Amino acid sequence: MAVISYREALRAAMRDELNRDKNVVIMGEEVAQFNGAYKVTEGLLKEFGPKRIVDTPISEAGFIGLGIGASMLGIRPVMELMFWSFSYVAFDQIVNNAGNIRYMSGGLINCPIVIRGPANGGTNVGATHSHTPEAILASHPGIKVVCPATPYDAKGLLKAAIRDNDPVYVMENTILYNDKGEVPDEDYIVPIGVADVKRVGTDLTIVAHGRAVITSLKAAEILEKDHGVSVEVVDLRSIRPLDEETILKSVRKTHRALLVEENKPFCGVDAQVAYLIQSKAFDELDAPVHRVSSIDAPQIYCKRMEDLQMPSVERVVAEALKVLA
Amino acid sequence: MTKEAKIALYTKMARIRHFEQRCIRIYQQGKIGGFLHLYVGQEAVAAGTISLLGKNDHLITGYRDHGHGLMVGMGMNECMAELTGKVTGCSQGKGGSMHYFAPDKNYWGGHGIVGGQAPLGTGLAYAVKYQGLKGSCLTFMGDGAVNQGAVHEAYNLASLWDLPVIFVVENNGYSMGTSQERSTAHPGCLAKRAEGYNMAWDVINGHDVYEVRAKTALALKRAHEESKPTVLEIFTYRYFGHSMADPDKTYREKEEIKTYRDKKDPVLLFEQELLREKVLTPELSQTINDAAMAEADKAAIFADESPDPTLADITKHIYWEEDNRGPKTTSRGTIIFE
Repeated sequence: MAVISYREALRAAMRDELNRDKNVVIMGEEVAQFNGAYKVTEGLLKEFGPKRIVDTPISEAGFIGLGIGASMLGIRPVMELMFWSFSYVAFDQIVNNAGNIRYMSGGLINCPIVIRGPANGGTNVGATHSHTPEAILASHPGIKVVCPATPYDAKGLLKAAIRDNDPVYVMENTILYNDKGEVPDEDYIVPIGVADVKRVGTDLTIVAHGRAVITSLKAAEILEKDHGVSVEVVDLRSIRPLDEETILKSVRKTHRALLVEENKPFCGVDAQVAYLIQSKAFDELDAPVHRVSSIDAPQIYCKRMEDLQMPSVERVVAEALKVLA
Repeated sequence: MTKEAKIALYTKMARIRHFEQRCIRIYQQGKIGGFLHLYVGQEAVAAGTISLLGKNDHLITGYRDHGHGLMVGMGMNECMAELTGKVTGCSQGKGGSMHYFAPDKNYWGGHGIVGGQAPLGTGLAYAVKYQGLKGSCLTFMGDGAVNQGAVHEAYNLASLWDLPVIFVVENNGYSMGTSQERSTAHPGCLAKRAEGYNMAWDVINGHDVYEVRAKTALALKRAHEESKPTVLEIFTYRYFGHSMADPDKTYREKEEIKTYRDKKDPVLLFEQELLREKVLTPELSQTINDAAMAEADKAAIFADESPDPTLADITKHIYWEEDNRGPKTTSRGTIIFE
């Protein structure tokens, strides 16, 4: 098993699937000649040529819509958004067309498209480039949304997404691109809709996704070392479909839950998870469910303040102690 | 065209006309909900263009989609039942008037958001080219769509990548209740905007089905042989409001509608032409129209008597995965359908 970066894991997933299925096409702004704005697709043009690795103009509604149309006829486009923030100019295509076509046609048409790219704050680029739309998009039936936190999950989830027959939106994180981890060379997928217990514990369940998983794992270390608390960290990996059972099983064991996400709190993913826990495990709870999310304001530019706006290890530790009090 | 082909084309136009007129009655009986955008007056556009398509030619359109559906060979029953929201409808009562689909007949809908189908049609053409097939995608839209950004993005991609797509602008003069003069800055005609994207274009009299066919054939040739896009603007007219919810009293004169009905009706003009050519006789024409009317009547009964979808049907057809659980399934999670 090789130790590779999250970025390399994503690239390996695309390379595998390009080799496996001639209908897989990589498309997006700067993905080919420029080697990717964040170098995720580096080298793929050289390896697979311009028919498979396609540079698009800055025209998200146009090229995403084109990918959706092509997918209806059997192409498996893997579309890169330079930032998921840019999906907002293609919202009609992403939601109305990709998300509804199977339903509105009574199951006659499938849309096996993948849209991937970074969806994160914390990079000092201001509000328009820092959106985290997983909750917005996951609220639409017909769409699947996954948020890998580790290189292993990044490769496995992207491969599963490319093989999936429904639209799957993969939300990555630029801050994680250089993170390294063990990733098998052989073929594997991480099934969509299966959460992962990233750390086993007995006193408190932390539910998180994306980079918030990494933050929560660091917080769990401190809670154990400094406060003698055993924390279980559940990584959702997939927002929709949501693995209810893994969340509930953990809460039934620890009886306390803290939900951590980098979204803004209002209508965030964890609003749904909190509802799930109270509706299906209310009697198991020894304390109210708490949340840590980004401070409810457009993303601030100032780096010092942005770091405070987003969930930090310190905030997660402090909130965990409140749940445990 | 052979005599038989001409009669078949006339029959199809008459079927669209009678289907749509039957829809009005059912709508007035309160059996059709939502929006109902009628194609009456525009029949020669769908008939002329679609009658030319071959095995690898595809089509997609906006919400005024009944005529295109009947032209590709969808049955009146499934079309009518979709309007009344029945499970026997082409989309099992999940799409309605604006969302007809028949992918087995290369018809990809039926799309409700103005201009939103333009990138999809471009993508269908991309897929045809990617697979090395000699085909095309006719991407229909109304004159109201030409001011949508998605249409311009589609134009640019189609030309940039030499895609075999034909954008057919069905210009009926009004984007809902706003006339072209009040909606669109244009030097002469809408199709000319193609020049800004280095695309070929043409304008067509949509009341003359022969002209529609002749000029569309050139665009298809360009798509098949050069893999190049075209914008066709086809001048046409609708006799009824934007939808049945439009009382049609504020933005155009009754006299204007009457003039089109009397002098430019595409079905009537084609009938007269075929009578002149002695392809049709008054008796044969009567038979064709009677049969189309009877077919529409039967479809209305079928739509009436068909069952609704069930409560359980609401959560079907959302994910391929959910409807096809098996060894190839890659997704295992819980889909919350509460």
